[in-house]
Amino acid sequence: MSELLYSWGKYPYAPQTAHTFHWRSELQNQITRLTDAYGSTLPYGNGRSYGDSCLAISSQALHMRSLDRFIHVDWQKGTVLAEAGVTLAEILALAIPHGWFLCVTPGTQFATLGGAIANDVHGKNHHMRGTFGNHIRRFGLVRSDQGMLTCSLTENSDLYASTIGGLGLTGIIAWTEIQLMPISSSQIDTSVVRFSNLAEFFTLSAELDHQHEYSVAWIDCLAKDNNAGRGVFIVGDHATYGPLEIETHHKMSIPLTPCFSLINNLSLRAFNETYWRFHPPKQTFKRSSYDSFFYPLDSLLHWNRIYGRKGFQQYQCVIPDAAAESATKELLKIIAKSGQGSFLAVLKRCGNIASPGLMSFPLPGTSLALDFPQNPSLAALFDRLDKIVHEAGGRLYPAKDAHMNGIDFRKAYPAWEKLEALRDPSLMSRFWKRVIL
Amino acid sequence: MKRVLIIGATSAIATACARMWAERGAEFFLVSRNKEKLEQTGADLMARGATATTCYSMDVSDFSSHVKMLTQCLAALKQIDIALIAHGTLPNQQLCEQDVEMALREFTINGTSVISLLTLLAKQFETQHCGTLAVISSVAGDRGRPSNYLYGTAKAAVSTFCEGLSARLYKAGVHVIDIKPGFVDTPMTQGLPLPAALIAKPEQVAKRIIKGIEEKTTILYAPGFWKAIMLIIKLIPHFIFKRTNL
Repeated sequence: MSELLYSWGKYPYAPQTAHTFHWRSELQNQITRLTDAYGSTLPYGNGRSYGDSCLAISSQALHMRSLDRFIHVDWQKGTVLAEAGVTLAEILALAIPHGWFLCVTPGTQFATLGGAIANDVHGKNHHMRGTFGNHIRRFGLVRSDQGMLTCSLTENSDLYASTIGGLGLTGIIAWTEIQLMPISSSQIDTSVVRFSNLAEFFTLSAELDHQHEYSVAWIDCLAKDNNAGRGVFIVGDHATYGPLEIETHHKMSIPLTPCFSLINNLSLRAFNETYWRFHPPKQTFKRSSYDSFFYPLDSLLHWNRIYGRKGFQQYQCVIPDAAAESATKELLKIIAKSGQGSFLAVLKRCGNIASPGLMSFPLPGTSLALDFPQNPSLAALFDRLDKIVHEAGGRLYPAKDAHMNGIDFRKAYPAWEKLEALRDPSLMSRFWKRVIL
Repeated sequence: MKRVLIIGATSAIATACARMWAERGAEFFLVSRNKEKLEQTGADLMARGATATTCYSMDVSDFSSHVKMLTQCLAALKQIDIALIAHGTLPNQQLCEQDVEMALREFTINGTSVISLLTLLAKQFETQHCGTLAVISSVAGDRGRPSNYLYGTAKAAVSTFCEGLSARLYKAGVHVIDIKPGFVDTPMTQGLPLPAALIAKPEQVAKRIIKGIEEKTTILYAPGFWKAIMLIIKLIPHFIFKRTNL
């Protein structure tokens, strides 16, 4: 009954054999057993990494999802100590009724705690609160050579810094303690406004970001000429008044993977046009539930299946402020011309709060993310995009990546050598092998 | 607030049930062999909303410890609203065919120890005139299949015992439920070549158990489709059945 695991983008296609275990005390033996039998392994959380950073070079993954126990919660201080396989959704379900929320949440609540640390995820409030790593008090790391180590800013601080954003390579996170933030209501006061070009986006961002906890923009990646760079700017704040409720909206599911991608130029153009027109030109205010604000895609289970058997790749880069506008403009131009891309194009200004993690992705600048159905022409397109990103001093997000070349990676993440030095020799991913050699 | 005794509290199905009861503020007396695992389970339930948990480590095959355990349990809970008996092993049939001692040991864990515990608990529940005795047996008890008839025999003994007990305690206002799970994705079944389409998650089974307890069901197949599967298997005539390798 061994299940096969995939990355979220199903590209590269490399099914992983899942090795399941249920207790923290078994962790070290599991690492030894897998290393003896297969050479190396890699922890795998809930499969929300897009590219090959979650795929073991041995294709034998240590499935962490069964480590899903809470260890201690303190509703006075808002701290949660839990095993690494607990998902963000499980934390929210427990914390919201007590008036607490995650300080930082990515766009899916189905990521595990371990995965959130390993990728040092960020969210719509990066400009206010930094990354997930900024709110981790400590964690337990099991290494094949040293056993269980407690890591924090003061204890094993080298391992602490290299594990946050360390792509699961420094050891296996067994448990972690995170700090939550207090909320008065689980609902979000949002405000939405359309913008008709990239310059307007930057004006809106400069004007609105510092006033709001959350800020993000959707951008029409197919729009050309006069419409180029048009999009919708969304800001939000936790409502001051309202209920503290867990949202249990009915979830739909894509039941199977179609032979071909349902995302093509035609369906995409229709969607983008409708989505843009759906939003009124003037700023409009609305009360939204937290799950529809943060996790709109989570309501469609297995949404990655719409890209068909070949899967998809996400391109996510961050460009430093100095070159952000010009480089983003150039990127969007090339993407629009290629006619590819998808409706999930997201633009977000990142702030300047430094993460404790050595390999954290965000920089003070602008992040652009969009999905592309997998096809042979992507390699050439990505090459052109990479060149612009690289020249602008930006970098790509390993959690989403399945293509970046080693030279660009090593230049953009100079701390890679430190991570490699602290890497647990029993752990190796396809991503890491690809970029460090 | 329910007061719940769970024997075999670290098993996957028991944990899934306990988490749902914990959300409603239940108070627990948890029994299992491994103290460390038990304490981790207890801490998890406290974080999820349990009012109180007491952990008690006991080996079910040590019958002499059963009385003491129950005394401690009553001292902690005062009254038992739900007793869930969920412990068990999945013996290796081939080895049991060669080793009498092993066969009897497995039978003790899966059969006799449950009968011992139920006998003690029945006396308590008869005095209480309320509460539910929930026992996890198995679809394997419905027919002696060549692939695991030792396990099946123990589970059949438990099921038959529950049927009688249910009729006895009904008059005292006590509910007995015999839960028959099919294939469930748990540490016990890990590594077995089971058909993927038939495997249920422990959470699915737990939801059904909680509903079955609330609705006072007597025999509960979990998931429900096993009732149909087992009906067909029970209907296979002997002259065909003995030629199969089910």
